[in-house]
Amino acid sequence: MASQRIGPGLKYSLNKAFLDCLRDIKTISFGGSTVLTTIRSAALTVCGVAVLLSVSGPAAAQAARDYISIVGSSTVYPFATVVAEQFGRSTAFKTPKIESTGSGGGLKLFCAGVGVEHPDITNSSRRIKSSEVELCASNGVAEIVEVKIGYDGIVLANSIDNKPYELSLKDVFLALAKDVPAPDGSERLVPNPYNTWNEVNPELPNTAIEVLGPPPTSGTRDAFAELAMEGGCKQFAWIKAIKSEDKSRYKGICHGVREDGRYVEAGENDNLIVNKLKANPDALGIFGFSFLDQNADVVQGSLIDGQKPEFEAIAEGIYPVSRSLYFYVKKAHIGAIPGIREYLAEFVSDKAMGDFGYLTERGLIPLPEAEYEAVAQAVRDLQPLNLAAN
Amino acid sequence: MTADEKRAQEETLRRVRASLARRYRSERRFRLFGLSSALLGLAFVAFLFVTIIGNGYTAFWQTQFKLDIYFDPAVIDPDGQADPQQLASANYRALIRDALQSELPDVSGRREMRELNRLISAGAEFDLRDEVVANVALIGSTRELWITADDEVDMLVKGHVERDEQGGARRLSDSQLRWIDALAADGRVEQRFNVNFFTRGDSRDPEQAGIAGAAKGSLFALLVTLVIAFPLGIAAAVYLEEFAPRNRWIDLVEVNINNLAAVPSIVFGLLGLSVFLNFFGLPRSAPLVGGLVLSLMTLPTIIIASRAAIKSVPPSVREAALGLGASQVQTVLHHVVPLAMPGMLTGAIIGMARALGESAPLLMIGMVAFIVEVPQSITDPATALPVQVFLWADSPERAFVERTSAATMVLLAFLLAMNAVAIWLRNKFERRW
Repeated sequence: MASQRIGPGLKYSLNKAFLDCLRDIKTISFGGSTVLTTIRSAALTVCGVAVLLSVSGPAAAQAARDYISIVGSSTVYPFATVVAEQFGRSTAFKTPKIESTGSGGGLKLFCAGVGVEHPDITNSSRRIKSSEVELCASNGVAEIVEVKIGYDGIVLANSIDNKPYELSLKDVFLALAKDVPAPDGSERLVPNPYNTWNEVNPELPNTAIEVLGPPPTSGTRDAFAELAMEGGCKQFAWIKAIKSEDKSRYKGICHGVREDGRYVEAGENDNLIVNKLKANPDALGIFGFSFLDQNADVVQGSLIDGQKPEFEAIAEGIYPVSRSLYFYVKKAHIGAIPGIREYLAEFVSDKAMGDFGYLTERGLIPLPEAEYEAVAQAVRDLQPLNLAAN
Repeated sequence: MTADEKRAQEETLRRVRASLARRYRSERRFRLFGLSSALLGLAFVAFLFVTIIGNGYTAFWQTQFKLDIYFDPAVIDPDGQADPQQLASANYRALIRDALQSELPDVSGRREMRELNRLISAGAEFDLRDEVVANVALIGSTRELWITADDEVDMLVKGHVERDEQGGARRLSDSQLRWIDALAADGRVEQRFNVNFFTRGDSRDPEQAGIAGAAKGSLFALLVTLVIAFPLGIAAAVYLEEFAPRNRWIDLVEVNINNLAAVPSIVFGLLGLSVFLNFFGLPRSAPLVGGLVLSLMTLPTIIIASRAAIKSVPPSVREAALGLGASQVQTVLHHVVPLAMPGMLTGAIIGMARALGESAPLLMIGMVAFIVEVPQSITDPATALPVQVFLWADSPERAFVERTSAATMVLLAFLLAMNAVAIWLRNKFERRW
């Protein structure tokens, strides 16, 4: 880390070099004034480029960082930013910088190496994969601390101007999958023939299927496919049997979303989906629980397998479409970058992550008491992640 | 004229007259098409402006409570030392809570106190702290201060949330509503100019969030762009137009400059990521890198505009200069470039105005981020105006809807100002021949 010591001086020397250069330009004086402007602007570029080159080059690396750099999931972003802001206000440390890169993108950046140019923490709306742990290890990121912060429910919501839907996971799968088991009951797949909800299930209303949801790049979509679609899909015993023979085919069947316009990719912007639902009371939208919570006067969550998407139901794991949220800390950076330990303490404190903490007001579903205690203890001990152990 | 000829002439005239009405009609139709498409375009622009301003203008005002805050020494300065450390970590929330409670004596019990607490912005206590730290003499006195309200209260007062909603759907409880009404009846609730919006960086509390960080980030990035792209662009244009030999290589360079102008901006972001961040090791999220990427993107636009400007300088000017004995370089620097300067400046400003609205290339170099501190130099982490619009548009809190529109208005104002400068420069320095 010796090369990073030069950090704080770097900014100063950069500014100084540029100012020196500017002074040189002022002294240039020949030809008419028109020439002067041209010469000056040309010299200015030379200055800029020269100064840039002098500070860059892999050897100069980067100024030492005095703030925490966080990347990762857009689902965890609204929670992490609240903690970061609270942390920045109430301590002498700078407010961490948080980029919303998506879970996969965040882990890739996180695992790129150790050093100030790499992020310290990555947020994730799914657990780290063993392949990612290996990638990390191969780049020298050996010890990672995993922090599970709580749960997020994914809701299927519609406008409050209409009655709430009562769906089962099977209904969701049949309405939205690309290929579904033939309606005659035979064990073959046909392109999704259903156009209205009561064709899927006679108890549902006779309205056209129209679902607005996130695009495939979104973590919410991954989780929705895995929890809701697959949950309904594996209720067909013969499809479930495929899993043991051909896992990728099974995944293709269960996670494939129809592309005939009944499922509308509405972009990553959940506010947009909420607005569209308001305008179209027959449509359903897919988004995270925090958006339902903030817009309860406009939209309502559908019952899934008889469960309303409510705070308690998600916390107790009764609501079927919920996932865990995590963040991962690079242990090698603790101590090197100021404030990481304190940020962790703020995050796992009872007033943030606890049952009545400020994160719950933002829509985070807190961990059950015992699990919370275990997580808080693990964070205090900075216990490194061991995927094999659990 | 024979009778035959006369008949032929009359026949021609008759046919012309017969088609005349049709020709006039088609001409009128053509003009109507032109007019209606112009009007349609204007209508779209008007619609855009009306929705954005209609949604956003309320964000420039913020609901605040007028409270008599007693700076209780027992709470903030128990040892009477006015120790800055002690003052910085004191419980200012308690001061606000006491002031609120003295206005609303009927509030009692823990649950009600919590609800009362939620009327006040989470950042208000830090405003008080900063005031006390800056002016220690406040301790022990009572001041009438405007305290920022929570965003839920703000939305209610502005009428963005229905009051008569069922208890469950509304985020404010019935008793909170009652307290707000009581305070309002007392003249203690008012919408005041939202200073925070213009002085702060991003925040997750809408009432604390400001555009200053993003505006400054954009400004820094554009300054870097100007310093890099403008002289380089002009130098390239002058060389290509005045000095370059006409051969296949120069043709290739020209074709590629024109192609470069059409490359999608995200590609420049990828380039910036691999060159400036990974190879040169410049800091992530810095306006310095943002400006470098944007200058790569703007460079072709400036070169093309500058070449057009140089081309429009009449050859007679060059010939006269050469005829009077000026060298090639003198001709270019004394006559051609100064005369072409207004066109070059306009091109540069229009190119930079485009760069101002870009967010895609900034995504790759980490400028799409939550950054609270307002950047102080070109190496501090920062966002840019369009990025801030994007981030706020994606936030769940209702109050961010109006702030998104307000940020768009700031972005548009920035753009209009740049275009106005371009027009002013053109009118002031342009010469016609």
